[in-house]
Amino acid sequence: MSCFRLENVSYRYDKALVLNGVDLRLEPGEILGLFGHNGAGKTTCIKLILGLMTPTQGKLSVLDGEAGDPHVTQHIGYLPENVMFYPQLTGREILNHFARLKGAPLKQVPQLLEQVGLGDAMNARVKTYSKGMRQRLGLAQALLGKPKLLMLDEPTVGLDPVATADLYRLLRKLRDEGTGIVLCSHVLPGVEPYIDRAAILTDGAVKAVGDLASLRRQANMPVTLSIEPANGTSALEKVIADASAGNGLMIKKDNGKLQVDVRPSEKMAMIQALLNSGEVQDLGIHQPTLEDVYVHFIGSGGLAHRGGAQ
Amino acid sequence: MNSIWTIARKELSDSLRNRWLIAIALVFAVLALGIAWFGAAASGQVGYASTPATIASLASLGIFLIPLIALLLAYDAIVGEEEGGTLLLLMTYPLSRGQLLFGKFLGHGLTLAFATLIGFGVAGVAIALLVDDVAVGALAAAMFRFIVSTILLGWGFIALAYVISVRVSEKPVAAGLALGIWFFFVLIFDLMLLGTLVASEGKLNPELLPWLLMLNPTDIYRLLNIVAFGEGAQLSGVLSLGADLPIGAAGLWFALVLWFVIPITGAWALFRRRRI
Repeated sequence: MSCFRLENVSYRYDKALVLNGVDLRLEPGEILGLFGHNGAGKTTCIKLILGLMTPTQGKLSVLDGEAGDPHVTQHIGYLPENVMFYPQLTGREILNHFARLKGAPLKQVPQLLEQVGLGDAMNARVKTYSKGMRQRLGLAQALLGKPKLLMLDEPTVGLDPVATADLYRLLRKLRDEGTGIVLCSHVLPGVEPYIDRAAILTDGAVKAVGDLASLRRQANMPVTLSIEPANGTSALEKVIADASAGNGLMIKKDNGKLQVDVRPSEKMAMIQALLNSGEVQDLGIHQPTLEDVYVHFIGSGGLAHRGGAQ
Repeated sequence: MNSIWTIARKELSDSLRNRWLIAIALVFAVLALGIAWFGAAASGQVGYASTPATIASLASLGIFLIPLIALLLAYDAIVGEEEGGTLLLLMTYPLSRGQLLFGKFLGHGLTLAFATLIGFGVAGVAIALLVDDVAVGALAAAMFRFIVSTILLGWGFIALAYVISVRVSEKPVAAGLALGIWFFFVLIFDLMLLGTLVASEGKLNPELLPWLLMLNPTDIYRLLNIVAFGEGAQLSGVLSLGADLPIGAAGLWFALVLWFVIPITGAWALFRRRRI
């Protein structure tokens, strides 16, 4: 059983093509990061999977059923980006209401509130909640009824670092129990260690998808070596020049250290040459981060590229 | 069915919590008792005049108040959920748009029904107990008719408020349009009808004219409560047209029911087409 499967899905809003031939799938026990600039189609993808809209073209199946079918939506948890909830009700009353709608046992409610750290505040009205507390309430709401598919839109907004770490730990636990999780976020360094795969969307199409290693391969971005010389920089520079066989690598000096960008395929040869030369005191290897890869695929169109409404 | 009741139950408990229900009931009770006691003040005495006069006065007041209360209660039903971000969330639950809308209707409808029943019911009981020579049977019948028709009228305007609420995307717009609806049915419609009558100089088909009253639920409501007393009932203004209606009380009841069934069905159809 797949959590969801989009095959060549397109969606038109009025005349505009919002999604164009998207292929995406999520298996149980996997965390997928969904990234893209504003208006890239993330929200539309999520809404299609939730059954709020139907694709104009292509095939879509969710939990082996049809998106929007009550038997399917019952097993989906969703945290929208901005929920105010009902300010006059207490956290507990709100969660009770949603639990009844979802057909989840009411005894889950205090447990979930405890789990997200709202145990002390559950009987206070939501209008007294801070943004982070509302976010946690939303998270507890998404976890009602032990969902098989969890979709989180910017789950860490308003959360302090400790709460954020708690959240990611919780997501990992759920993943290990077999929940499929979709994570939309703009805080790329934050989510990088926790996602199994990432999908990068631009202009309604999937630009790249895969785990971080495969994304790096697809991007073919240089690896940065940061080298501390043992006997002065000039000797070291010669070693590097020899090893790169006149490829003319960019060498930057920084505080007596050298920074060299090498292509992934030449990385090991360069490291071996450096180590054999005996000119190296210390060596650091910096792989491109998720953020670097993201910027590579999105392109550096600047703000103009990131415009457009959600 | 369960989901409908879950939604309705939240609306009911909301209106208990924000004291809407009790406030409406209180207003109704005070008004009804005030009219019952001071209704005869124009003829120079204080005290209970007669059951038909009291009900007629109550109905005249009701057409101002009931639509206003119903519209205020219901105008933000859907657009309010959307502004709070909960509409999107609710639609990802195993809950259809129809279930949400009818659940809201049940909740708001029951709120208004309870408030009406308690408010006017208490007033009716007080009149029966405190006035010496009142015919309790006739009073009970008239009160019952008045309360049921008031509830139906309220439901009609709740349903009309929903038509607005599912259509617009901002709460202030919904509030403005709701006031517009009130203005139209309560103040403008009768004026327009009178104006048409005068301007047409009798060229309009006289058979058709009374039916035009059916286009306004508040006129149906007034007819129901005044005509029911048969001969001797004073019909004034456009209501005198109603005396020519060939449909009788049953027809008026049916028309009042249609006046909430049709708008709620319309609201449902519009809601299903709304983009979320």
